[in-house]
Parts: sequence; C-alpha cells; structure tokens
Amino acid sequence: MIENLFPHVDWEKMWEATQQTLYMTAVSTFFTFVIGLALGVLLFLSGPRQLWSNKIVNVIIGAIVNVYRSIPFIILIILLIPFTKFLIGTIRGPDAALPALIIGAAPFYARMVLIALQEIDKGVIEAAKSMGAKTRTIIFKVLLAESMPALLSGITVTAIALVGYTAMAGAIGAGGLGTLAYFEGFQRNRNDITIMATILILIIVFIIQFIGDVLIKRFDKR
Amino acid sequence: MIHLSDVNKRFGIGTTSISAVEGVSLEIAKGEIFGIIGYSGAGKSTLIRLLNGLEMPTSGSVKIGGREISAIRGGELREARQKVSMIFQHFNLLWSRTVKENIGFPLEIAGVRKVERERKVAELIELVGLSGRENAYPSELSGGQKQRVGIARALANDPEVLLCDEATSALDPETTDSILNLLTDINERLGLTIVLITHEMHVIRKICHRVAVMEAGKVVEIGNVLDVFQAPREAITKRFVLQVTEPVETRQAIAHIKEEYPSGSLIKLIFVGERTEQPVLASLIRKYDIDVNIVQGNISHTHGGAYGTLLLQLVGDADVIAKAINYLHEEDVKTEVIGSD
Repeated sequence: MIENLFPHVDWEKMWEATQQTLYMTAVSTFFTFVIGLALGVLLFLSGPRQLWSNKIVNVIIGAIVNVYRSIPFIILIILLIPFTKFLIGTIRGPDAALPALIIGAAPFYARMVLIALQEIDKGVIEAAKSMGAKTRTIIFKVLLAESMPALLSGITVTAIALVGYTAMAGAIGAGGLGTLAYFEGFQRNRNDITIMATILILIIVFIIQFIGDVLIKRFDKR
Repeated sequence: MIHLSDVNKRFGIGTTSISAVEGVSLEIAKGEIFGIIGYSGAGKSTLIRLLNGLEMPTSGSVKIGGREISAIRGGELREARQKVSMIFQHFNLLWSRTVKENIGFPLEIAGVRKVERERKVAELIELVGLSGRENAYPSELSGGQKQRVGIARALANDPEVLLCDEATSALDPETTDSILNLLTDINERLGLTIVLITHEMHVIRKICHRVAVMEAGKVVEIGNVLDVFQAPREAITKRFVLQVTEPVETRQAIAHIKEEYPSGSLIKLIFVGERTEQPVLASLIRKYDIDVNIVQGNISHTHGGAYGTLLLQLVGDADVIAKAINYLHEEDVKTEVIGSD
C-alpha cells in the first residue's frame, strides 16, 4: 500500500535525510538557546535603569540583533558562505548549514528572551537586591528561573522555525529532508518524495511542540 | 540604631531633577517601631530605600548600627543588606519557588549550608504560622499568607532592622490586623527595630511607638504616636489623625445634630492615658445645670496608651457652659469647640 502511494521513495535515503534534519535542528537549537540567552540577558541588563545599565552596549547589541533578525534567511546563507568555508572547511552538508542556522536564529531568540525578562515583576528583582544578592545570583536564580516558561515557549517556537530553516538550507545543498524534497522530489518531478519529506517534517514539528508544551507545563507554577 | 543626618535625594540632573527627600534627619532607637506616614509622592518610599542602599543619597549620611550605608558599595553593601531586610506591599515572592524555597532564598544568598538552611526555614515557618503550607507555591496562597512568607524570608538572616514598605496596603482590614500583630510580636520577641512606611494612620496607631509625617520630601512633624494623636501641629497631620478618630459617619452626625439642636454648643473632649478611665462626665452633669447630649465617642489604643474623644452637645446658659468647660480643663481634659451659634 505504502509502496504504491510513494513509488519513488528510497526509505533508506529518507531515513538518512530525516536524521540529518534532526541533527541540524538539535545542534542549532542548542547553540541558539545558549547564544540567544546570553544576548537577551545582556540586552536586558544593559537596558535603562537595569543592573548593568549601559547605553552604548545596549544600542550595539540591539542593532546587531535587529539587523541579523531582519536579513532573510536564504540571503543570510549566501552572505555567510565565506565565513562557513573558513569555519567548517566546506559549504556542503549538515555541518555547513549550522553557522547560518545559528546566526539566523540566535538574534530572533534573543528578542524573545528580552521580552520574557521584561515581563518579570521589577519588585522581585528589587527584593533579591534587598537580600544582598549578587548580580550572578539575580541572573540565574531570579531572572532565568522566573521567566523559564516564557524562555521555553520561545525556544520551542525558535526550534520549529529552525526546522523550516534547515529545509531552506537543504535547497542549497545542506542535506536533510529539504535537499531530498527539492532535488529528488521537485527537480525530478517525483511529488511522492516531496510529500513524504513534508509529512516527516510535520511529524518533527509536532514532536518539538509536544516536548515544549510538556516542559512549559512542568515549570509554570503561576 | 538608625541615624540619618541631613539626607537629600534628587532624581535626574540639572533643571529637570526632582527632589524626593529633602534635609531629613532622624534618629531611630534599637527595638523601636518607627512609622513614616505620608501620601503617595511624599518621598517615603525613597526614604525607606535609602536605609538599605537600594537608593543612595545625593548628600547626607545614613548610618545603621554604626555602619555608614551611604558610603559602602559592592560586597560590603550586600553583606549589610542581609542585616537590614525588607518586606513589600506586593510581597515580591518568587513564584517559581515554594514557600520553603522562598524563605530559604536569602539563606542561599548568604551561603548557609543546606542542613542549617532547612532547620532555619522550618523554624521561621513555625514563627509566622505557615505550618503545613511549606510546599505550596505563592499562587496557591492568600495575600495574608504571602506576606507571612515575605516576613519569614525577611527574618531568615537574623536582621537587626526590618523595613516595611506599605506592607499591609494590599491587604483587607482583618488580614492587616493579623499581620500587624505578627510584626508587634516579632518586635517584642526578637527585639527587632522596625521602620514602616504607610498612608494609613490606623497602622501607625496600632503598632508604632513614634511617627514621622512626611510631606513633599520633608519630615514635617515627628513625635510619640500618642502625642501626635493628642496634639497634631501640622494640617496634614491633623488630616491623618482624623482618619482614625473622626470617620465620615461622625462628620455626618455633627451636621445632623447641628440641624436638630441649633441651640447648644458642640464640643469635643480629648482624653489621654488614664483620663479615659475617670468618670469626668458624670460629675460634670451633676455639678452644672446643663443638658448633655452624647454625639459620638471613640477610643483608640496606641502603643503609648489610650486616646479617646467624645463629642458632646451642651445645652444651657452660655456662662454655665463656659464654667463647665473650665471644669473640664481643671480635670485635665482637653476640649475643642466644634461649632456653636
């Protein structure tokens, strides 16, 4: 039955492509989380009337975040080709997609982190200060702990966007389900391959959303 | 214990700057409950934040227990803050932590080890009457319970001073009373110095020993609570005292009785301390040939003793009324003529 519906699908290749997509999504989500979190926290703390209030730092980070967030991803990949070649040694394959994925998504996530941190009641930060908390304690035990549900829902949305980005990166040879759908499916006019790749991508997205929802529910005590 | 000398605080720079606190000098003794009352914008929030270095004075000095808060920074200031803790109007608990974890937070900050931390937290939960709620999250607590967590958290590092920033303003009257009782209890049991700011005279009356009245950044009046109640000097202080001694119904009653009995004189008697227990009124009626109408009576218990007011309508000959009032003065009762015709 499945053989009839998808006559051209090479299941081994499809599985390999799925693994590549999962690999790219997982690694880029991890680095996006770390870098985006750092940028977001820095952006928050350097803001007006905050702990490390510093207009210059705030404006510079804000500008970087805004610029990178605004460049269309497909163009960003092309712009980053020299950088990728220098860093990874090649511009083909899943690893070569990582720099563009992370640089494209981290500023996006940084914005979400900033919004999440701004939602925290200022009184709670003041209370921590009044107890003699160090800035490091305030960052980890107040800011990040109190905004955890928002940080998690932000990374869920970002991870799902990253699945989409990997498919786009696939169109220029990063591998994964995007490559398969574009080169094997679209260019050779084998629609069943494109459809199967789409189904797999949808399943990945649903799984990410599910994991995100479970985690958010666990952390949200409000 | 707390020593403020000529403290000024301005926000902003140049011509747009706003003066929040102006030339405040205060002396607060160890073990005292000191109240600061004022309307919003009077500068009391800024003043209380100068005491733990959340705000630094533009000029002047703030000393607590010999340590000059206004001169220290960084680690030294953070250490000092562990001994000058604070509770807040909106409690400011971490919602991501349970009651136990919230109370343990200042101990984590102070670097107390886990075993010791748990012992101390259990003790504090007992002290503030939250047994059985240890593992609840703030979202599962009532306002009064949240403030109890706030108080336990503030006491965790055995502070010398407790600052209360409108600590009961978000609570209903009944809960306010129970929190005020808890604060009095803590003050007596632990010998803690308490500084509180509020806009409710009721709070001052109930637990404070001394009070400072703030208006436009300045302390305009300061004294023992009983003295201030008895003889408020400034207009603003009088208004605050009226909050407690003369509720709206009284004013309506006065208006009503003036209409009803246009003939007499309305006078207010003010009894302080022991005078509240003497039968002054009975002998007044026996001695003088006047009719006495009781309009309203009220006794407020403050830390320094009771303070009572009695509104009377005296009907009779003018000279007899004058003699009667004279008699009251001899008996050490203050009077105030509210209105006559």
